[in-house]
Amino acid sequence: MSDKSNYIVGVFDDEDILLKGIKQVREGGVKIHEVYSPFPVHGIDDVLGYKRSNLSVVAFLFGLLGTTLALTMQIGMMTVDWPMIIGGKDYLPVPSFIPVTFELTVLLASFGMVGTFLIISNLKPWGKPKLFDKRITDDKHIMAIDLGKNKIEESAINKLLKDSGASEVNLKTL
Amino acid sequence: MIAESSLREPLVTGGKTVHDVTVDISSRVEDKPSKTWLLAMAVSLATLTVGAFAVASLLWEGIGMWGLNKTVGWAWDITNFVWWVGIGHAGTLISAILLLFRQRWRMSINRAAEAMTIFAVICAAMFPVLHMGRPWLGFYWALPLPNTFGSLWVNFNSPLLWDVFAISTYFSVSLVFWYIGLIPDFATIRDRATNKVSAAIYGVLSFGWDGAAKTWSHYETVALVLAGLATPLVLSVHTIVSFDFATSVIPGWHTTIFPPYFVAGAIFSGFAMVLTLLLITRKVYKLEDYITIQHIELMNIVIIITGSIVGIAYITEFFIAWYSGVEAEQYAFINRATGPYWWAYWSMMTCNVISPQLFWFKRIRTNLAATFVLSIIVNIGMWFERFVIIVTSLHRDFLPSSWAMFYPSWADVGVYLFTFGLFFTAFFLFAKFFPVINMAEVKSIIKATGEKK
Repeated sequence: MSDKSNYIVGVFDDEDILLKGIKQVREGGVKIHEVYSPFPVHGIDDVLGYKRSNLSVVAFLFGLLGTTLALTMQIGMMTVDWPMIIGGKDYLPVPSFIPVTFELTVLLASFGMVGTFLIISNLKPWGKPKLFDKRITDDKHIMAIDLGKNKIEESAINKLLKDSGASEVNLKTL
Repeated sequence: MIAESSLREPLVTGGKTVHDVTVDISSRVEDKPSKTWLLAMAVSLATLTVGAFAVASLLWEGIGMWGLNKTVGWAWDITNFVWWVGIGHAGTLISAILLLFRQRWRMSINRAAEAMTIFAVICAAMFPVLHMGRPWLGFYWALPLPNTFGSLWVNFNSPLLWDVFAISTYFSVSLVFWYIGLIPDFATIRDRATNKVSAAIYGVLSFGWDGAAKTWSHYETVALVLAGLATPLVLSVHTIVSFDFATSVIPGWHTTIFPPYFVAGAIFSGFAMVLTLLLITRKVYKLEDYITIQHIELMNIVIIITGSIVGIAYITEFFIAWYSGVEAEQYAFINRATGPYWWAYWSMMTCNVISPQLFWFKRIRTNLAATFVLSIIVNIGMWFERFVIIVTSLHRDFLPSSWAMFYPSWADVGVYLFTFGLFFTAFFLFAKFFPVINMAEVKSIIKATGEKK
């Protein structure tokens, strides 16, 4: 993604105006590149048409992996490799295995999910964010529209953004 | 849009705007350190240095330096361990359980509480690690690694090994939870930075966060699922700590109510420590609009609930000891209350059961000075609780000829001091260089529950 594109950047001051604005802009037939906010805005996924995040499924699968690994490790060590009677317990003391199995399930589910989240959201310590406006980490919401990907004229999009409640409309090349 | 009943008290007072939240919290990070902070830091570092001497001596000489004897083989070490782990329960409880219950008042206090959790767990881990004597070999003793001790594996029947897994999972999951919450706030500080060094440091810390709607959508799922995972986790940790005692056959330890009783005690002491720290932070950083009297009152209510659960547990233990008809058990409890350690028992009873009942009075639970004093008293009481359970159950051995008392040595005191130094040094560094309030979360509720001008 070395080539730069031209973006029209609409600045919104309020989350409720933003939500209405997104609806209006999309109804006007304009494709939105992305919306940026300083905090999570409820209901924004629906108006943008985003699907629910599947990360909970990822967490479940990693959790399952954790359970399997924990049981394999414990049974492998205590029952298969070196069976011993400890405190009169069985060679396969299932109740004794519950705590470690639980902990490893939680550990793998959390780390697997968070790792996946960081990768799919392209978050990394050396990451350089593409910021359309520095105020999005303060108090402004930004709607970015890629001019190259829209067939509508620039002036029409500008007008649509203004009508939808944007307090400023700028052109930015990134 | 989040709707909120107009009957509710505002969670953020002073008519703050979203921009005010950024300025109020970020400026604490950007300003030069104040004299108060430097002084607090100097005291913590001095404590840490004195404590480090005790730790170094202990590693050099061995744990024979502690005041332990053949009868009382566990005393301050594990008392301090359980005490710190207990304190480390409030943070994840606030951020995970209160998130699941949609309690929005958690948002101003979760960041500092989670930081406290992480530092408290580090302090707790010091004790089992030092108790190994030669902790550099501890990997082989505590982790399931192939070894040359006759290929014998670690014992998965042992609650002490469960503890290794529980504490390390709890620590790492809490750390991840805390860090994920910090990323958007680091980005705020990055974008406000006026010099290159802080822009670079907070740039790395913020992981290239850009606040895209898609990322926020994933982020909220991550927070919710992490909360769902951390909730049973936080309950499991102190349950497993209580197994260290409950699965043994020592009268006074061999008790089935230990898991819920320990968890309630942990939340009790954790909230007390959160209050102690937040009352200071609130005052020094002038955060009265974010951490309001309502927040303090709600935390005090949690304290009175958990404190009463703990009180009922103490009484139940006594009742069951009598009802069981087991003489050894009955003796253990009578000896606790009336034996040579009666003073520890009654300190515990006064600090944990009697004094928190003062919070039934609204005037006391909304009074800052009273809350501060009572929060410290609770933590003293909770230290005595662990001391009473551990030492008074051990000091009357099965053979009366082995009966003994425990006297702490300077090394016991020194290592305890070390953890205090570590805890406060870490907390003050956090309070200066990290945003102490979760800005992104508070911003998301400011329209619905902020006080209107």
